[in-house]
Amino acid sequence: MTLSVKPAGDAAGLQLVDLSTSSVRELNAALHALGPDTNQTFWKVAHPNGRHAIAAGLDAAIDIEIDGPVGYYCAGMNKRGRVVINGNAGVGVGENMMSGFIHVKGDASQSAGATAHGGLLVIDGNASARCGISMKGIDIVVKGSVGHLSAFMGQAGSLVVLGDAGEALGDSLYEAKLFVRGKVAGLGADCIEKKMRDEHKALLASKLDAAGILGEVDIGEFRRYGSARTLYHFHVDNVSSY
Amino acid sequence: MCGIVGLFIKDPKLEPQLGALLAEMLDVMCSRGPDSAGFAVYGSGKDGTVKLTLRGPAGTDFAAIGAALGHEVTPRDTHAVLTVPAAAEADVRTALKSRFPAIDVISTGARMELYKEVGLPADVAKRFKLETMSGTHAIGHTRMATESAVTTDGAHPFSTGSDQCLVHNGSLSNHAGLRRRLEREGLHLATENDSEVAAAYLTYRMREGDTLGEALEHSLGDLDGFYTFVVGTESGFGVLRDPIACKPAVMAETDQYVAFGSEYRALAGLPGIENARVFEPEPAKVYFWDRAA
Repeated sequence: MTLSVKPAGDAAGLQLVDLSTSSVRELNAALHALGPDTNQTFWKVAHPNGRHAIAAGLDAAIDIEIDGPVGYYCAGMNKRGRVVINGNAGVGVGENMMSGFIHVKGDASQSAGATAHGGLLVIDGNASARCGISMKGIDIVVKGSVGHLSAFMGQAGSLVVLGDAGEALGDSLYEAKLFVRGKVAGLGADCIEKKMRDEHKALLASKLDAAGILGEVDIGEFRRYGSARTLYHFHVDNVSSY
Repeated sequence: MCGIVGLFIKDPKLEPQLGALLAEMLDVMCSRGPDSAGFAVYGSGKDGTVKLTLRGPAGTDFAAIGAALGHEVTPRDTHAVLTVPAAAEADVRTALKSRFPAIDVISTGARMELYKEVGLPADVAKRFKLETMSGTHAIGHTRMATESAVTTDGAHPFSTGSDQCLVHNGSLSNHAGLRRRLEREGLHLATENDSEVAAAYLTYRMREGDTLGEALEHSLGDLDGFYTFVVGTESGFGVLRDPIACKPAVMAETDQYVAFGSEYRALAGLPGIENARVFEPEPAKVYFWDRAA
C-alpha cells in the first residue's frame, strides 16, 4: 500500500491523508522525509480512530490537524511541529516533545507531556493521571483538571491547571513550576505551596498568553506550588539512608 | 497487557447487533492480547430454566449429550449451551459428571452464555459465531498471560456465580491469601488464576447481600494489585479501576449504549461514536449500570 496524499488545489501546500486508506507508518514516513525547505507545510489527517503514534517523531516546522480522537503517543518527540487534535488523545500525547506546539481539543489520557523537554501542550479538556510526569522543560496548560501524580518528579518547565488537581501533585518535585486555580486533592512528597510574587504572576501570564487565554481567567485565583528542595539535596543527616 | 471490551445496550433496537458489535471490538483488541479470548453474552432466557455453558474437547458430539440427557442443546464449536429446568440443574450436573467426565460446565445463568478459547481473539470470535448473537449486554477479553499459563481455563471471562462474570486487565498480588479465605467461605475456584479470585470475591460479597456496586466498593479495600475490571450480572454492568489507574480504560455513552474499551480504538466502530460522551473512568470509582434501575 502506498500513501495516498492528495495535494489540495485551493490551499498551497495542503496535504490530506486518510488513515482509513493509508497506514500510520506511511504517514509518519512521509512526515519524516520532509526537508527543511518543504512547501508541504499544512497537513490534514482524517479518520485517526484512536490509532497510536500518529505524527510521532516530527522534525519540521509544519502544521498538522488531526480530525478525531488519537491513541497513544500522538506527536511524541515532536520538534518544531504544530499539531492540533480535534478530539481526545490517548496515553502519552506529546511524550518527550522537544519544541513546537500541541493542542488537544478534547481530553487527554494519562502521562500527557511526559518527560518533554520543551514546547507548549494545551489541553482544552481534562488530563488524567501523571500529566507532565518527569517534565523537563515543557509548558503544559490544562483548561480542565488533572489526575493524580501530575508533575511527578518534574524537573523543569511549567504546569498550569485551570481546574483541580488530583492526589500527590508534584510528588518528588525538582524545579518544575506548578500553578493550579482549583482545588488540590493533596500534595506529594516535598511539594509545597509557595508565595505568588510578581515574577510568578508574570510567568503565569506569559503561559496563559501562549495558550491564547490571557485575560479569560483571573491570575489572582491561582496558587503556586513548587519543591521544598529537601528531597533532592544531599543532607548529612540522611547519610545512613544511602 | 490485556484488552477488555464491554457493551451494555440501552436501546432494544440495538440488541440484535450486540454480538456483531462486540466481535468488532474484540478484533481491534487482538494487539493487546493475542493469546486467547473469551466473552460472555446476556441473551434471551426462558422462565424456570437455566442455561449451562458446556465445554468439551474438539469434536465433542454435544447433540448426542443433549439427547442422552433429554435437554435442549445448542452447540457452538467446542462449547454448547444446555437449557434445563432450574429445578433439574443439580441432577443434570451430577449426570454430566458421571456420564460425560470430559465435559466441563463453565457457566450457569438464566441468560448468560460464556465462551472462551486459546487463539487469536478474532479467530475465537469467528469459531463461536459471536457476530450472530444478540442480547442486552456482553463483555469480552483478549489475553496476554502474566500470572498463569496460556490455557482455555486461564482465559477470561471467569464466572463464579449464576449470571455473573468478570474480565480483568492487570495482576493481583494478594490473590493467594484471598483464595484461602474464599475457599473457607465455601466458594469453589476452578483454576490457579488471580482473576478468578476477583470474580469469586465479588460472588462472595453478593452472596452476603451486596449489590454489584457495593461488592465493587468493597473490593477496593480487599483486593491488592493492578486491575481494571469489567463485570456483568443478569441485569447489570460495572467497571472498576485500581486507585492508581495502572491499566487503561475508556468509556463511551450514548442514548443507545454504554461501551467500555481498553483503548478508544476498540470503540471507534460503534454507531454514533462521533457524538458519544467519551470519558476515562476515574481511579477507585465504581461505575455501574443496571437495567432494573
